[in-house]
Amino acid sequence: MDPALKRQILLEHYQNPSHHGLVENRDYIKINTNNESCIDNLDIMYKIEDGKIADIRFDGEACAISTSATSIMIDTFLGKTLEEASEILENYENMLNEKEYDEKLLGDLKLYCDISKQPNRKKCAYLPFESFKKVLESQRRNG
Amino acid sequence: MKREDFPILKNDLIYFDNGATTLKPQVVVDSMIDYYTNYTANAHRGDYDNSLKVDMKYEEVRTKVKNFIHAKSEREIIFTSGATDSLNRIVFGYMKTHLKQGDEVLITKAEHASNVLPWLELEKEIGIVVRYIPLENHLVTMENVEKSITEKVKVISLAHVTNVLGDIRPIAEIGKLCQEKNILLVVDGAQSVPHRKVDVEELEIDFLAFSAHKMLGPTGVGVLYGKENLLEEMKPLEFGGGMNASFASSGEVEYKSLPSRLEAGTPPIAEVIGMGAAIDYLEEIGMDQIHRYEIELKKYFLEKAKEVDKLVIYNPDIESGLIAFNIDGVFSQDTAVYLNHYHICVRAGNHCAKILKEDLFVKNTCRISFYFYNTKEEIDQLITVLKNAKDLFQIVLS
Repeated sequence: MDPALKRQILLEHYQNPSHHGLVENRDYIKINTNNESCIDNLDIMYKIEDGKIADIRFDGEACAISTSATSIMIDTFLGKTLEEASEILENYENMLNEKEYDEKLLGDLKLYCDISKQPNRKKCAYLPFESFKKVLESQRRNG
Repeated sequence: MKREDFPILKNDLIYFDNGATTLKPQVVVDSMIDYYTNYTANAHRGDYDNSLKVDMKYEEVRTKVKNFIHAKSEREIIFTSGATDSLNRIVFGYMKTHLKQGDEVLITKAEHASNVLPWLELEKEIGIVVRYIPLENHLVTMENVEKSITEKVKVISLAHVTNVLGDIRPIAEIGKLCQEKNILLVVDGAQSVPHRKVDVEELEIDFLAFSAHKMLGPTGVGVLYGKENLLEEMKPLEFGGGMNASFASSGEVEYKSLPSRLEAGTPPIAEVIGMGAAIDYLEEIGMDQIHRYEIELKKYFLEKAKEVDKLVIYNPDIESGLIAFNIDGVFSQDTAVYLNHYHICVRAGNHCAKILKEDLFVKNTCRISFYFYNTKEEIDQLITVLKNAKDLFQIVLS
């Protein structure tokens, strides 16, 4: 993709992210996700209904990469089943770790395909997905 | 001082993160290589030439440190692994056996983690009470110190200079007050000892902690200063070689006198020698000169910064070589990534002072921290890059 266009999309997601703002609702699973660099700090909340991701909301302070990745992750995950989403997660991880992945599954998450060249930013691009992993774990625990 | 003394500066690098660690002059590196190459031996051990030389070099540094901070005796200088280690020894080696349930320790919300967490642990362990001196516009004032003192306050523990805003605490006045009220004064000197003259006698400090790597020295070594009568009562946190005089299977143990009693195991010999070379280098320039020059750099930056739109500076009035700032509307880490693109090193984050945000209302800042090898030309380059920050996301997102 044209680098300028790519930046344009990421910037749009950073400045006007999807589903920004938390809600007061007990049907959501809320996860705080702190980057190990101790600076990015996002709250992400998930509503899971019948094994599907019905809604995701988020708020907090984070860098442009983390924030845009959260916004794009939300757009990509909404309406997917947990199985579909975890397959996306797996492919996204593979992309960040420079392994083989199925780019058709990733949609706009592909925009981070070059991030592995900047190891210090990889964590930022992965930040929202850490929270989703915790959601998967809690779902597994609760059967 | 010559910039040529710092080989790393030959690279295309503007290093403004001296609050985190400083660059090393060649003489410091050479002094350590010399030990490893030409006279490796353990300290306080053999009766052969090299071991004797190591002993002399190692103990010479103790004298250098003693003179550097104006302590009374070498017995008041303990080598540790750094300021964090020093503070932990003060809390768990001394305070744990000298404070009791209900005794109060005063700190502030602007302290570094290593002057907060040991106290909070001790609070859990023995029931001391940690209280916070209220900050006045982020600063410690004598009025608030006096107001915070109760009958129960036994210790005041403060950074001399904070690592987030660079403000200088009135340690001399606090020291005097502590003497009158029979309160122990613990000072975290990690950000002050490298940048200005610190005289433990004049400031009436009971315990002082600092690290070598923030003052041109190597990592892994630091200093614990304590008044001799206090260190005499400090319990070692580590037991083993080098610190015992004799022991027997009956359980009878005799420990050595100060300072050896508090330095168990083989010490970081090369690092101590490197720290000695760093102190020599600093003293040759002069600590007052360093302090004056850093303030001059900050004034220069503030003047130039007027030319930059959207720059928010949180500590313009604080006289030190530290600047906390943000570009309005830009997350601090993005600013740091942008500056890194131009090989300018600044720190983004909360600088290990996580509870300060409760008072500062800004969670994260970018921090510039100068040292004497920084120049006005480097500041000019920084200003140029900040002026062009409209390209910031072009770079951060590419």
